[in-house]
Amino acid sequence: MSAENAIEIHDLVQRFGSFTAVDHVTFSVPRGEIFGLLGPNGAGKTTTIRILCGILLPTSGRASVLGFDVARQPEEIKKRIGYMSQKFSLYGDLTPQENLDFYASIYAVPRAGRAGRISELIELSGLGEHRKTLTRNLSGAWRQRLALACAIVHRPPMLFLDEATAGVDPVSRREFWDLIYRMAGEGTSVLATTHYMDEAEYCNQIGMMHAGELIALASPDALRAQMPGTLLQVDCAGPAQAFQVLEAMPGILEMAIHGARLHVSLAEPGQADELQRRLGRAGIAIRSLNAIQPSLEDIFLYMVQQRQPTPTHVVGE
Amino acid sequence: MERLWTIMRKEVYHIWRDPRTLGLILLLPGLLLILLGFGISGESQDLSMVVADLSKTDASRRYLDYYVASDDFEVVASAASEVEVLAFIDGGKAQVGLLIPEAFGRTLETGGTAEVQLYVNGSADPANVQTIQLKLSAIGQMASQTILVRRITHVGAATGLSLPIDTFVKTLYNPNGDRKLYIIPGLIPVILELQGLLLSALAIVKEREQGTMEQLIVTTIKPWELMLGKIIPYLVVSTFTLLSMLALSQLLFGITIAGSFWELLGLSLIFIVGSLGMGVLISNLAQSQMQAMYLAMFIVLIPSIILSGMIYPRDGMPWASLFYSELLPVTHYLTILRAIFLRGVGAAALWPSILPLIGLSIVYFVASIFVFRKRI
Repeated sequence: MSAENAIEIHDLVQRFGSFTAVDHVTFSVPRGEIFGLLGPNGAGKTTTIRILCGILLPTSGRASVLGFDVARQPEEIKKRIGYMSQKFSLYGDLTPQENLDFYASIYAVPRAGRAGRISELIELSGLGEHRKTLTRNLSGAWRQRLALACAIVHRPPMLFLDEATAGVDPVSRREFWDLIYRMAGEGTSVLATTHYMDEAEYCNQIGMMHAGELIALASPDALRAQMPGTLLQVDCAGPAQAFQVLEAMPGILEMAIHGARLHVSLAEPGQADELQRRLGRAGIAIRSLNAIQPSLEDIFLYMVQQRQPTPTHVVGE
Repeated sequence: MERLWTIMRKEVYHIWRDPRTLGLILLLPGLLLILLGFGISGESQDLSMVVADLSKTDASRRYLDYYVASDDFEVVASAASEVEVLAFIDGGKAQVGLLIPEAFGRTLETGGTAEVQLYVNGSADPANVQTIQLKLSAIGQMASQTILVRRITHVGAATGLSLPIDTFVKTLYNPNGDRKLYIIPGLIPVILELQGLLLSALAIVKEREQGTMEQLIVTTIKPWELMLGKIIPYLVVSTFTLLSMLALSQLLFGITIAGSFWELLGLSLIFIVGSLGMGVLISNLAQSQMQAMYLAMFIVLIPSIILSGMIYPRDGMPWASLFYSELLPVTHYLTILRAIFLRGVGAAALWPSILPLIGLSIVYFVASIFVFRKRI
């Protein structure tokens, strides 16, 4: 087992009854990197994280964190990880200060440096003026900062973030990720799940999960390069109607509606004229038509579609 | 060790910062004891009574004393005839009438059967009327039995009438007080158990439902630290409840502990640990708080009330019920508490109940720690 990798997963399977939540997944995360697990709800991301944290015993396969086996040495792993679950899981009837004190004691942070560490975290998270407010009275963004502070109170070399930014405003999300970036710069390895595709741009590596399977594994740029063809953004009068018209057109790899626009992936760039002609014949006015960089969302949809024989009508966020 | 202290402090915050629940925890046991103490012992004190003592002898006055001494009846008026007695009851001035005939004293002296007429206002609540009738006939019977006993001892009748006099003497005085003495020490174990279970049955499952348990089990906390840290604060609350109920039974019901207070306290703590252990065990097994409440209610609390011997004697129970009741710590604690409370028996004589109590408490408590898994 390589000590250079923070996480190593080999052929991991987790079944709940007849349902397979994690289906033969294999990947590894080098130390000091930010690894993003992407995918819709129910793709198996949370289950994977729970296995890695040592609180769920996998059905089969192997997984290790920082060189410790999840099935045999869960307590060794727990000493060295921080975990933020997707649900807010601190005590609402305790103040931020008390929650931090509690977790510092549970993680056996040495008494000598404890007060200093907690002050440092309160300053880092900007919770100073709220330190004596009951946590249940704090807003979502503050709670989430507190949850992160509690998860890293013992300076873990490995951090798991499960949908850590769900329900948090964009500015706070941005600040949150800046903080994670800084920690990674200081050597902390991070595994984060998210279904905000834009957040994946912060990651060194991305694993895309769908229905329990890992369907793609690469850096964001490498993933973009994997997508063949040209991606067009079509701004037209009736995107849903346009979608129907273009379904009959050969050479379209993938199509998805993004709000008022239609993203169309063409096998050949030259097919753009044919696309315009078909929409024109159907009486759909095109306001603009641009070649764009595929977003991670486009890539995800493409990857999912690659695995399914029939094209699916997917409406993006 | 520091972690244990930290968990305890956190639990105290949870209890302390929920003042409404705290109030319920502290007040309900006392209220329940008062309500059930008076309710179950069927206390309807001071029923007004009108008496027509036409005999006016020592014997008739002694007979009347039985009613007065019972605490249940208060003589509010005396009458000179049956007509007057009935008039008092008709007018609602008395609920019960007693007519002692002129021949009462004479008949008793000559060894005959004296007749006494009792009147009860039947227009009151039927259940109440029944209680009054029962009480009147009980007191009447008691009086006549006393007289019978005295006759036998005086005359020395060598017939089959001879009765075990000891047992009679016990029931002679104050039959109602005796029932109260029996009921109150029976209520204390059940109320203690009720409170302990309600507190602890939510301990684990509540944190699981609100998601805080997931955050706890990814830490290096040890199961025994978590379980003990949760149980000890509840132990303090339950001990407070016990002491306040003991104080109430003395102040309100006039029942004092005949045996050793410290033995009672020590054995009570063992019982409380067992009850909390059962609660935490249930909390570990339940999937939701609702389920935990149902399990506590139907597996422990209701059998505790019906099978423990608090209300119904366990002698006639079928073997399955008897066996089940043996598995409940409350059954053994009830026997112990009554013995120490009422008969002043020392712990040394109670080993047949103390051993199973200790055994069950250890089993439930240890099981509650071992059942806990740091897994989802």
